[in-house]
Amino acid sequence: MLNAYDILETIRMIQDECLDIRTITMGISLLDCIDSDIDVACKKVYDKITDKAKDLVKVGEEIEKEFGIPIINKRISVTPIAIVSAACKCSPVPFAKAMDEAAKAVGVNLIGGYTALVQKGFSAGDIELINSIPEALSVTERVCSSVNVGSTKTGINLDACKLMGRIIKESAEKTVDKDCFGAAKLVVFCNAVEDNPFMAGAFHGVGEPDCMINVGVSGPGVVRSALAKHPDADISEIADIIKKTAYKITRMGQLVGVTASERLGVPFGIVDLSLAPTPAVGDSVAHILEEIGLERCGTHGTTATLALLNDAVKKGGVMACSRIGGLSGAFIPVSEDAGMIDAAKAGTLSIEKLEAMTAVCSVGLDMIVVPGDTSNDTLAAIIADEAAIGMVNSKTTAVRVIPAIGKDVGDELDWGGLFGCGPVMPLKKESASKFINRGGQIPAPMQSLKN
Amino acid sequence: MRAIVTVIGKDAVGILAKVSSICSDYNANVIEVTQSVLQDMFAMIMLVDISKLNTPFGELSDVLTKTGDEMGLKIHAMHESVFNSMHHI
Repeated sequence: MLNAYDILETIRMIQDECLDIRTITMGISLLDCIDSDIDVACKKVYDKITDKAKDLVKVGEEIEKEFGIPIINKRISVTPIAIVSAACKCSPVPFAKAMDEAAKAVGVNLIGGYTALVQKGFSAGDIELINSIPEALSVTERVCSSVNVGSTKTGINLDACKLMGRIIKESAEKTVDKDCFGAAKLVVFCNAVEDNPFMAGAFHGVGEPDCMINVGVSGPGVVRSALAKHPDADISEIADIIKKTAYKITRMGQLVGVTASERLGVPFGIVDLSLAPTPAVGDSVAHILEEIGLERCGTHGTTATLALLNDAVKKGGVMACSRIGGLSGAFIPVSEDAGMIDAAKAGTLSIEKLEAMTAVCSVGLDMIVVPGDTSNDTLAAIIADEAAIGMVNSKTTAVRVIPAIGKDVGDELDWGGLFGCGPVMPLKKESASKFINRGGQIPAPMQSLKN
Repeated sequence: MRAIVTVIGKDAVGILAKVSSICSDYNANVIEVTQSVLQDMFAMIMLVDISKLNTPFGELSDVLTKTGDEMGLKIHAMHESVFNSMHHI
């Protein structure tokens, strides 16, 4: 039987500590929409998405009401469009428009999968897709794009890194009237996962079933307030508290995922064990680290506390649900986390420290605003650095940086909502152009002799 | 199917009566009630059977939340399964 303490604890988590289900994401395969006639293919894409996801938002809202848990986002991920569009042999922008219209028709706020997987080289359709990303992101509202440029098994495609440096810059330039928002919907991955429910990097891998439901949980606020009740606990106790809290949060994700999949008649995929912050007060990963004992996130000790947090969340979450996948780890998107924003503004949190942090958590250099005059090659070098961390450590890493066109250190970009706002962070001025312009493939790393 | 209704707020006359009359309007059977008043704060937890509800559960939950807002209370109605899955292995 339930006891009053447990009931009130759950209510408090939801009402006061921002516990929510961050996203229910429906993955939809578009492999059966391939056609050499782009108009026919786009119609098939639109029809399939609007058919499969027609009840997604309705069911999400039903569950939200019945269980009393906010479900913040209902989203869709699709097969990488570079695969779907390859047969058309032309610019795949119409696919982005079809996705955008379908997303609006079913009422989801973001749709991911304008994606190319080029970790070992470019196949038909990949270059066309990558070159079309800036336009696709500027003419659509809800489409998200991602490109995988490396993996532990293949190494890093340096040509793709170079190309993506330019594409990120152009995406920002084309959306300069919207605070360079295009670049905020574009992620460059190493070791991209195929069942990620979180945007902007979600896509539906080719090894996935035709349609499935993945769930991303959240709850940094809950973890922080659990820790606040134990100000004098030693660090092993801290790890235990995080595990127990993560277990409870994840149970909620499992319940919502299973219920949604039953009601939609779609198989349940995975729960993504993530701590995803929002700019809202009390929903910050940085504040958890500060609760553990840092004066401000970004100072010495940040990497160690984050490693502990990330590991404990996984250990707690693993037992709470039947299948785990996606990115599964604590997210550190600078503009989406009130504590990170403060730390970056104060100068405590630097891009170098963020890079170190990405070695021990999910997912990468995320939502970082950089000066608008950053060169394409410097952006490419940032991507290569981050991909190298992912490649060598056999983990997913990503880069989502936003060049603030016409702005410099001291300025900031503000998108509002879940995307938040971020100060322009300084980068090194020295060039990496010679390295980037060598091109070719960084070989896959050794998987033994691990030092 | 059962649900848990929690009511938290400043104590006042008729809270229990009001909430249980809404439950009865929607044909939700109150199975168990625990309540405590600490100083002037009122906390009540009700276990209700919702298998014979005459409307979708979401509607009852909306009405309870709205009533709570009117009375200056926080009323939350949730499926029992949420608590069971969160607190039991």
